[in-house]
Amino acid sequence: MHRRGVGAGAIAKKKLAEAKYKERGTVLAEDQIVQMSKQLETFKSNLEEFASKHKQEIRKSSQFRLQFQEMCATIGVDPLASGKGFWSEMLGVGDFYYELGVQIIEVCLALKHRNGGLITLDELHQRVLKGRGRLAQDVSQDDLVRAIKKLKAMGNGFGMIPVGSSYLVQSVPAELNMDHTVVLQLAEKNGYVSVSEIREGLKWEKERACHVLDHLLKEGLAWLDSQASGEPQYWLPALFSELTSRDVTPEEANQMTP
Amino acid sequence: MDRFTWSSGLLEMNETLVIQQRGVKLYDGDDKAKLDVGVAMLSTHQLLWRDMKNHECCISLPLSQIVYFEEQAAGIGKSAKIVIHLHPVSANKEPGPYQLSKFSYIKLSFKEHGQIEFYRRLTEELSQKRWESTPVSQPIPTATGLQAGRTRAVGIVGIERKIEEKRKETDKNISEAFEDLSKLMVKAKEMVELSRSIANKIKDKQGDITEDETIRFKSYLLSMGIANPVTRETHGSGTHYHLQLAKQLGDMLIEPLEERGGMMALTEVYCLVNRARGMELLSPEDLVNACKMFESLKLPLRLRIFDSGVMVVQLQSHSEEEMIASALDNVTEKGSLTAEEFAKLLGLSVLLSKERLFLAEKMGHLCRDDSVEGLRFYPNLFASQA
Repeated sequence: MHRRGVGAGAIAKKKLAEAKYKERGTVLAEDQIVQMSKQLETFKSNLEEFASKHKQEIRKSSQFRLQFQEMCATIGVDPLASGKGFWSEMLGVGDFYYELGVQIIEVCLALKHRNGGLITLDELHQRVLKGRGRLAQDVSQDDLVRAIKKLKAMGNGFGMIPVGSSYLVQSVPAELNMDHTVVLQLAEKNGYVSVSEIREGLKWEKERACHVLDHLLKEGLAWLDSQASGEPQYWLPALFSELTSRDVTPEEANQMTP
Repeated sequence: MDRFTWSSGLLEMNETLVIQQRGVKLYDGDDKAKLDVGVAMLSTHQLLWRDMKNHECCISLPLSQIVYFEEQAAGIGKSAKIVIHLHPVSANKEPGPYQLSKFSYIKLSFKEHGQIEFYRRLTEELSQKRWESTPVSQPIPTATGLQAGRTRAVGIVGIERKIEEKRKETDKNISEAFEDLSKLMVKAKEMVELSRSIANKIKDKQGDITEDETIRFKSYLLSMGIANPVTRETHGSGTHYHLQLAKQLGDMLIEPLEERGGMMALTEVYCLVNRARGMELLSPEDLVNACKMFESLKLPLRLRIFDSGVMVVQLQSHSEEEMIASALDNVTEKGSLTAEEFAKLLGLSVLLSKERLFLAEKMGHLCRDDSVEGLRFYPNLFASQA
């Protein structure tokens, strides 16, 4: 865009351009911006009316939130882009998801010493619900996924890895490529995996399997059980179920690293 | 169906309603019963059914009459059913809708679903057999079932009616909300299309847009949550909102940063700021966009992105050389350090202490020892003692 010049010459030139465009029946951009401003005001009052009637639905019903999000996506609108957006200000959608984002970050941080920054969506869901208390609104897994997608903007390695029928949520910038992901998926069944399982299941060479497992160990995502009968087992704390694990303090975790 | 007796629908003192389901049609064996669609109710003692249109028509049978039951899956045009096999009629049974039936089983057809939960509860009640431990008094025999229907004043009917009304109202609310939402979305779509048209014109320079108008346009996009079609950012920097935000952050973050060694991960900042606000929270994008403006506003903070993708806010006064020198000093003093050890030493998060060590390594002052035991850093003797 260029600045408007001042002076008679510039004014004359502008008038000429305007005339040319109007001749061709094209609406000028600046006229459209004025039009948009008016339409925005109308829309704002429509949204206010909607909010006065249905604002609670958003907070109460995860079904409604899901529908709302999908409709927004269809028309090309991101209701969570900014806390200053209409959707956020008037419907309170923003606060719901941004607060959820805070809770997700806090849960992941609290458990990082134990699972290396990888957690199942189920466990994350449970812990967030627990943290919210009995009287808080219901939060669905879809809600979590949307909040996590927004957190990605802050560059801290938030990501989702499809595993089994659900996802693993990654909250650290550990490099995980296809090989690592595939081994994680293999480990999902039992919570651990061994070199021979990888060789059998994925038909890899021993070196490739060891390389991947070493990386997972180094990143703190896997723990080595060298006393397992047969061959060493690589356990993934992220995949531990409530039944087979107990919580470990950071001090204990430090002592456990070989 | 001849096991059923007319009922008032009232529950006894020790009896509790377990579950109810609307849209249930009864079958006498395989034949449709001569009754309309109704509500099936399960209590700890009986199975009841009431006609939805004619509330006075209510029948029941004791759970003790049930031998066993099974599910019948839904088919094309057929609802799912529960088939209930019954003991023979007892001699002193009160009158009911059927005098005689050639079948010894009935079916409940679930036209509005709910069979799964009903089946589950039925299973529970029939295994617990609560009616045996909490006997109820014999219902007062009446001349006809219809007369019994008229004597009820309170009880299950009143409660049921309230539940029904509430459900209708909730349904109505939700469907009205969805309807209104759809209308709203149509208008929002118009705005999106208008903004695309404007953006195209700006690109093709059809018309003369001032800087002022561009800023205004960007703020409209921000309000609607529409991505800027030209730059693909949702709103980018340059809106007044982010300007103000950046200044606010410039004020509020100085102290926390100093307490944390001059650097904080952006996610940490996000939690800190939003917890402090309580409401009207910032979106992650708001935070990033505000931080991007620190430099142009000449505020004493900077947004910094490490090679790993980690984003931090750091104090401008926090010089690079100081960080690297301190890393080298600490490592040299201890002989070697891991990120965790370094973090503990400085009171930093592991994430950030790792980044500092990486930085010092990048500058050639440290060497890494990467093994299964972890990542450990040593002073780079190749450089210093070469």
